[in-house]
Amino acid sequence: MLETAIILAKIWGVLLTLVTLAAIMTWVERKQSAVMQDRLGANRADVFGLRIIGLFQPMADGIKMFFKEDFVPPKGDKFLHTLAPIVAFFPAVVIFAVVPFGDVLRIGTLEIPLQVARLNIGYLFILAFGGLTIYGTVLAGWSSNNKYSLLGGLRAAAQMISYEVCVGLSLVGLIMVFGTLQLDLMVKQQGELIFGFLPAWGIFYQPLGFLLFFPAVIAETKRVPFDLPEGESEIIGYYTEYSGLRFGLFYFAEFIEIIVMSALFSTLFFGGYQVPYLYADGFVFPWGGSWNLPHLVVVLLQLGSFFIKIAFFCWLQVLIRWTLPRFRYDQLMRLCWTGILPLAVLNILITGGILLLIKG
Amino acid sequence: MNFAPVLLFFAAAFALVLISLILNRLLAPRNPYPLKLTTYECGEEPVGSPWIRFNARFYVIALIFVVFDVEVLFLFPWAVNLKTLGMFAWIEMAVFILILSVGLAYVWAKGDLEWIKPKPDNYLPTQESK
Repeated sequence: MLETAIILAKIWGVLLTLVTLAAIMTWVERKQSAVMQDRLGANRADVFGLRIIGLFQPMADGIKMFFKEDFVPPKGDKFLHTLAPIVAFFPAVVIFAVVPFGDVLRIGTLEIPLQVARLNIGYLFILAFGGLTIYGTVLAGWSSNNKYSLLGGLRAAAQMISYEVCVGLSLVGLIMVFGTLQLDLMVKQQGELIFGFLPAWGIFYQPLGFLLFFPAVIAETKRVPFDLPEGESEIIGYYTEYSGLRFGLFYFAEFIEIIVMSALFSTLFFGGYQVPYLYADGFVFPWGGSWNLPHLVVVLLQLGSFFIKIAFFCWLQVLIRWTLPRFRYDQLMRLCWTGILPLAVLNILITGGILLLIKG
Repeated sequence: MNFAPVLLFFAAAFALVLISLILNRLLAPRNPYPLKLTTYECGEEPVGSPWIRFNARFYVIALIFVVFDVEVLFLFPWAVNLKTLGMFAWIEMAVFILILSVGLAYVWAKGDLEWIKPKPDNYLPTQESK
């Protein structure tokens, strides 16, 4: 009974955090673009004259979505048209179920792992559900009864399946290093030290792997510079015929994906919740000296470090969004199949060889 | 392996989507008229069925994707256990990857990875394109 209650509380907390962060991300995206382009940016929404740097904007946006008329193109496929945004939104949220956001929290004799589900297939789960989002875009394009939507959906599908191969292959090296697919075990291993001073984060084992994984994931989430399927101002994409909350779901799914992918970057390559030199009973510095901390402070520090890492990668993705121009479609395909893919395969073979040589 | 939390998470995420869609349905106005419901093609009258034939290159990409996704599938169990399997498994996998790389090289040389296809050798330009 208690166990179920804890699981439900964790699920509730994770969903609430994700939705809130995604709402804030919609504001961050606009405000950061405004700052970068020397504009005032989102500052119109106010409550009784109170503006607090435009933070009411996401709330106003959300409420607006609920009150907008939602129509289905009459000749379109009504069922698939409704299904598509759900299929696009659902996997983006579900991926977070296997991401650990902290170590074990101990209250008395009770041990609560700070992760919704400890699955030993962790990364395969992420790949499987990440792959499902493709159906959302294809179904949206197909069911809209619009030529532009269909072509947009197909282009999106071709882009996403191409980069999905790259996402899978560029991470095999890291999995060889850690010898597991389970995300919380990966993070645990990243709490150790290389050469006695360098934190054993994935990026130090697999710098090339990260350089390949990062653009592949951004392409998978269809962000600039890979946003050909949905370039807002120029291209008519797969959700042309969407309005109201069904469009809102597509829009929201994108921001949830940014947050979940930032969580993945930090979990796989930047130590997840680990703080360098922080162990279960406090800091132990490699140059001697230690600093004991109570259990609760350690857990809070780890949670804090995880959120700071997520915030950093969100910031980085928005920065890239407003800095780089868009690729052309043939460049996009060439980068995937003749750039990232061969390098990822090479990375796998070299990593495997070196691992076996070290082991002897 | 305990999948119950995952199932609960699925249910919660699905409920979130469903509740918001139902709320939208209850709150939003509904006032469709023929002009609003026409297909949006930049103001042009839509011609013909939207479910048209599309470029076969998408099909080729899908085929290559299947091959490499299966490769990824084979690589994951191998990668997890590489340290215990040792050198023999590494050589085996290197051979497997080599065979697939030949396939990639073939597709690459054929020009199927180039989105803008090179014109065939026997291509005769028509009067208009000169």
